[in-house]
Amino acid sequence: MKHLTALNKKARRLEALVEQTKDKAKAMTDPWPPPTDYPFGCTTMFAPGWEVDSSGGTDKLCQPIERDLYDCYHSCYWPVQVADALTNNPDWALSCGAPVQDWKSIDLVFP
Amino acid sequence: MKYRAVVHRRFQDDDGAPYLYVATSASIMRLDETSTEILTAFQNGGADAESWLDERSERDDAAELRETFRDMVGLGIIRPEAEVPPPASELPPMPYPLGTLVLNVTNKCNLSCTYCYEYGEDRIADGPAEGGAKAPMMSPETACQSVEFLFRTSGTRKHLNITFFGGETLLNFKAIEAAAKRALELAGEQGRSVSFSLTTNATLLTDGLIKFLVAHRFGINVSIDGNIDDQDRHRTFKSGQGSFDIIVPRIQKLIETNKAAGGRPIGARVTLTRGSASVRDIYNFLHGELGFAEVGFAPVTSAKDRDYSLVEGDYDKLIADFTDLSDDFVEAAARGDSHGFSNLNDLLRELHQGINKAHPCGAGLGLLGVSTEGNLALCHRFVESGTHEVGTIEDGIDEEKRADFLQQAHINSKTDCNTCFARPHCSGGCYHEAYVRHGDATKANMHYCEWVRAWTDLGLTSYARIMARNSAFFERYESA
Repeated sequence: MKHLTALNKKARRLEALVEQTKDKAKAMTDPWPPPTDYPFGCTTMFAPGWEVDSSGGTDKLCQPIERDLYDCYHSCYWPVQVADALTNNPDWALSCGAPVQDWKSIDLVFP
Repeated sequence: MKYRAVVHRRFQDDDGAPYLYVATSASIMRLDETSTEILTAFQNGGADAESWLDERSERDDAAELRETFRDMVGLGIIRPEAEVPPPASELPPMPYPLGTLVLNVTNKCNLSCTYCYEYGEDRIADGPAEGGAKAPMMSPETACQSVEFLFRTSGTRKHLNITFFGGETLLNFKAIEAAAKRALELAGEQGRSVSFSLTTNATLLTDGLIKFLVAHRFGINVSIDGNIDDQDRHRTFKSGQGSFDIIVPRIQKLIETNKAAGGRPIGARVTLTRGSASVRDIYNFLHGELGFAEVGFAPVTSAKDRDYSLVEGDYDKLIADFTDLSDDFVEAAARGDSHGFSNLNDLLRELHQGINKAHPCGAGLGLLGVSTEGNLALCHRFVESGTHEVGTIEDGIDEEKRADFLQQAHINSKTDCNTCFARPHCSGGCYHEAYVRHGDATKANMHYCEWVRAWTDLGLTSYARIMARNSAFFERYESA
């Protein structure tokens, strides 16, 4: 901190806390290099998470990328265009029980 | 969003550099022009943060202003006005393990100091109990049982303290000796350590007693008010004869023997009354001439209409006196030397640690007092006040009563203290004094707020002055 000097023990503890928070906030906005304590792949809050892992591939993502498909219309708000399964095409994904194996069986939908 | 500075106190060192004490956290910081400007803008009524920063967006230091503002919010110096206050801190998990037990080994005293709360008009003990008067002396058996009680109720603490108090403690050396012996036995069996301390008026010190106290590394506090004039003004025998001439040779022998054995520092405890000599003169006499390592001063505790009571003007003189002695302390600290003004030493330690108290002292929490008959009280000052009894050494602590008291005496219940910057250090002040003055031990001592604030101010200023000249001095306070 440039304009405040922490003097007693309590102030130094608070300062360390503030600096730590700043470091974390910076880490969130800095894409590279990822900090070592950052989870590989996705986070619990934003499933399905990253589209590539930190090495640039998909091997280390914490769930198969194919599952992103369901998260795009079902449980999440992943911004990919899929059929509207809520009102117009409720049966769109019925043919696909396990997307990792049979995602190719999903029907096409024409508006 | 509107932001506002929390309760704080500003102070300065000798060069006028600005410092800040934050009452919500007890943190101390040095400010500069930028942080001072921000603090000034957001104190009292507060201000809208975005517009305040936007108005200064053309300035060269606009980015730094914004960054520093964020730092001050993070450090809890400035907070959003509409912020929901954090939940009140709760009592620590109860039953809280005892660390210190104060044994009131006797109610008797061979002196009859006019201001004594034990014997004077401010004594709060109840009248004689059913079946006769209270025992004047603690029996060696009760002393040993008290020690056993402490070892039983101290959880996993590795170190315990036993303090002997009176009356005049040395009138009952048998109980002290028995308690010390039992404590050392138990400590040895359980792999713990124990230390002893005692307060005495020094009239009964003999070579044999001195040898015992030094050998057991007692922390010794001698009640003495200064030179012959100050000592004999109030500290007299029942005949009216002064005690100075009796105690001085005994004190000298004690200090000499203790020093040769490398014992713990021996302190003097001075009660300041109306008409006392200047604090600096008393200190110089007790430290310089008699050789006490530390001297602590306590304004007399009393109702306000006694002839020895301190009244408003006296407190102004007292703070001026304390300021003089603090100047000497600061000079010594700047040279890297220690100074024996124990009040300031204690205050600086608390300030440096950033202690923020929920309760003014450990009474009822880690410390209890025991009466001559084995009844437990909040502290030694409350023994034999039935209202403040919290159990017995045989049956243990009345946990419900204890928790109830601590809840009521918690700083959050003292709403008047909410706006005071001295709150982390004072926390409402002495329970006994509150009881004497206000009839309720859980009340804040509103009658000495000005005094406590002035004293805290003096501590803060001394802290800054030492910090500016010799910050290494504070290394001695790094560990608690």
